[in-house]
Amino acid sequence: MTHEPVIIARQLTKRFGPFTAVDAISFEVEKGEIFGFLGANGAGKTTAMRMLTGLLTPTSGQASVAGFDVFRSAEQIKRHIGYMSQRFSLYEDLTVKENIRLFGTIYGLTQRQINDKTFQLLRKLGLLDEAKQLVGALPLGWKQKLAFSIALIHEPKIVFLDEPTGGVDPITRRQFWELIYQAAHEGVTVFVTTHYMDESEYCHRVSIMVDGRIAALDTPRQLKLTYEADSMDEVFVKLARTTSLS
Amino acid sequence: MTTIDVRDVYKNYGKTRALEGISLRVEEGEIFGLIGPDGAGKTTLFRILTTLLTPDKGSATVLGYDVVKDFKAIRKLVGYMPGRFSLYQDLTVLENLQFFAQVFGSTIEENYYLIKDIYQQIEPFKHRRAGQLSGGMKQKLALSCALIHKPRILFLDEPTTGVDAVSRKEFWDMLHRLRKEGITILVSTPYMDEAGKCDRIALIQKGRLLAIDTPAGIVNAFEKPLWAVQTDQMHLVLQALRRHANVASVFPFGDVLHLTPKSDFTTGELSNYLLNSGFPGVDISLIPATIEDCFMELMAE
Amino acid sequence: MKTLWAFVLKEIYHILRDRRTLFILFGMPAAQVLIFGFAVTNEFKGASFAIYDQSNDPVSIALGRHMSGSGHFKQTVVAHRTEDIHQAFQSGKIKMALVIPPDFGDRYRSGNRPEVQVIADGSDPNTATTLVNYASMMIAQFKAQRVNQPFHIEVATRMVYNPELKSVFMFVPGVITLVLMLISALMTSLTLAKEKETGTMELLLVSPLHPMMIIVGKVLPYVLLSLINAVLIIAMGVYIFDVPIKGSLIALLGLNTLFIITALSLGILISTRTQTQQSAMLISLLSLMMPSMLLSGFVFPIESMPWLLQMISTVIPAKYFIISLKAIMLKGVGLIVVWREVSVLAILTFVFLLASWKNFKLRLE
Repeated sequence: MTHEPVIIARQLTKRFGPFTAVDAISFEVEKGEIFGFLGANGAGKTTAMRMLTGLLTPTSGQASVAGFDVFRSAEQIKRHIGYMSQRFSLYEDLTVKENIRLFGTIYGLTQRQINDKTFQLLRKLGLLDEAKQLVGALPLGWKQKLAFSIALIHEPKIVFLDEPTGGVDPITRRQFWELIYQAAHEGVTVFVTTHYMDESEYCHRVSIMVDGRIAALDTPRQLKLTYEADSMDEVFVKLARTTSLS
Repeated sequence: MTTIDVRDVYKNYGKTRALEGISLRVEEGEIFGLIGPDGAGKTTLFRILTTLLTPDKGSATVLGYDVVKDFKAIRKLVGYMPGRFSLYQDLTVLENLQFFAQVFGSTIEENYYLIKDIYQQIEPFKHRRAGQLSGGMKQKLALSCALIHKPRILFLDEPTTGVDAVSRKEFWDMLHRLRKEGITILVSTPYMDEAGKCDRIALIQKGRLLAIDTPAGIVNAFEKPLWAVQTDQMHLVLQALRRHANVASVFPFGDVLHLTPKSDFTTGELSNYLLNSGFPGVDISLIPATIEDCFMELMAE
Repeated sequence: MKTLWAFVLKEIYHILRDRRTLFILFGMPAAQVLIFGFAVTNEFKGASFAIYDQSNDPVSIALGRHMSGSGHFKQTVVAHRTEDIHQAFQSGKIKMALVIPPDFGDRYRSGNRPEVQVIADGSDPNTATTLVNYASMMIAQFKAQRVNQPFHIEVATRMVYNPELKSVFMFVPGVITLVLMLISALMTSLTLAKEKETGTMELLLVSPLHPMMIIVGKVLPYVLLSLINAVLIIAMGVYIFDVPIKGSLIALLGLNTLFIITALSLGILISTRTQTQQSAMLISLLSLMMPSMLLSGFVFPIESMPWLLQMISTVIPAKYFIISLKAIMLKGVGLIVVWREVSVLAILTFVFLLASWKNFKLRLE
């Protein structure tokens, strides 16, 4: 992998009053990398991701995303990234096609680009026959795949996935990951936050946040070796113990 | 002794088929896991067994009582923890516990020994409102509330969903201690890796059971060889393997690929094929199947 | 009993810990009384009026000056014939007219009870009452300034367009009705819908609790709160706006309790049909609050409604409550006199309770 960081964070910090949610975290994410951003609820994951997506201004430190500074160019960042969350992604009461059109318009695509993209996307997902169905009527797995593809509609350099694949069956889940692999292969950087540890094993590298700090950052394989664990789940349990002791 | 007996239960919501002919038995004192993704029908089955829904077809008994006719008797004897956190967020930990004890005509003191281990972990926060607890603590409170009237069966619908790994581990440890008290536990989970913590499991998908057995029994029933393929070029190797005629199935499995070969195919042959396709240094090894491999295999059938 | 107490206690915690609920429970009633109250008795300045002085004598002229000079009234029309007054009313130029008969001056001097007539536009009863009250007060004042003269001016008032002036003090019974509906029906349907929404209803159902206990436990605190509110509103009416209570207080409270139960049963009925707080709120507002306000005779007189709306109003509990409430509070009659209305209310309540009992689900479907 060529060294070409698209996300750079240096001593990135966010305080809410006396409470430090994110405590001087530093890391880099390469182009085309699938980067897992893990941590328990409340460890600071969401805050960190909001800073990187331009939704929150950091208290101190530095960070750039897709070449834009998080302090000065938050609006530029929003235009150059894709975002998908399990909680909200698509409008359930619009059809598949209407959703694609809507998000295409939001990201400033031309009518023609939207038409081309709609066809490409539906064909790739095998949803051509379902184009006029309400999204709410689709199975969860299809919704997730559609949401991911729509997050990429404006060809962003980076896509942020917030808890993307909870609750689907193992095969659908793998189909989703194959979409992610393909996007990464095409040069898109994928930033995944999750608290499902087994999900993290699909990432190239994983950072684990504990109490606002990055407690570990490495490939899943290396992390399992370091912590002498069979699974990422075990890595997390051991990590949480050592940090709470220290 | 059979504590839960489900016989050919069907349930539809309008056009949606939630359960299509489910039959299973849960024996007294075991931890029985219902494992499957969202929408598989786990919650529907739980609601039928806790008398919140009636089956369209088929029958079910809990502790010998019919879930439709004898619903009042069942409601006295079971503890239920719904999938969503369903306690009063604006009441404190202690107030919630007191309320649920009184609802069942009991007191906290009466069955304190049962919840002691669990409750002690949240006791320092007993005056905190339930809505302000962390995921793991909420789960412990919900379990305490479901246990406070000393039920004979515990129904736990996805108790570990959305809870961090440490809390999950602690939760399973608690369930094993409760089993020693003689409480039968029916627990559902979407996490395949939790299957091993149950005495017996049922794999459920789209309203149908794929298999019922001990976790070891299910894994042993996986008869095909399973190879783990380790590579740095996941996407390309996956594409290459999909093209090979002797590959029955191949899926990403964390940082490796799991592959089931067709007969008369060796790891050496596969290694050569990958080398010729421009992927040197790919490591292939024979591995035992996991519950998730079995689930996918059964799904495909 | 212990279980019921646990329930009530829990409900009280819910109420006390939710500022929004607290505000709806106590802020809204007070605000409504004050808004309606002051809308009725508001001070006014420069209300246009006409003088038709048939006497045209120093005393009658002085009376006219006294009225115009106060600042409360402004003479915009000088009438020379009765028709002038009618025209002025119709064109909206005046809100009130003062008619001084030809023998006013003579009667005044001879001490033979001089009379004047005050005519007000009854199509706006609230304003009309206020104007008439002010005019009467000022005429009395006019008299008082001339204490050495042993006379009394008889004021004959006449309402045009709405001769019986049905909305006098109507706002207190009306606000009581609205508030009791709001708290009892809306809050009950909300609190039950909330249990469904948060999933706690699931837990309550999977417990040996009798469904009656769930309902009674949830609504009991609201019965008490509603009663407190009714008393509060009546007290505000009496002490701030001088609304009379001519009938028996016991009858009044009894009637209020009956209506609270009516409203609660409606709230329970709504909650059996809704799954979320949002829909419970919408249905309560549309199906209960609006009719209670618009079709009960509170804002618009039922007699002047089209036939269809009059028919609809016969099944609106608020109508019977307002009639009985008004009779007891303002006319001072006993429950016996309004037995018909009270019975209808009781029957409606019974029907609603039965319907919600039938609709209350022991299961989730």
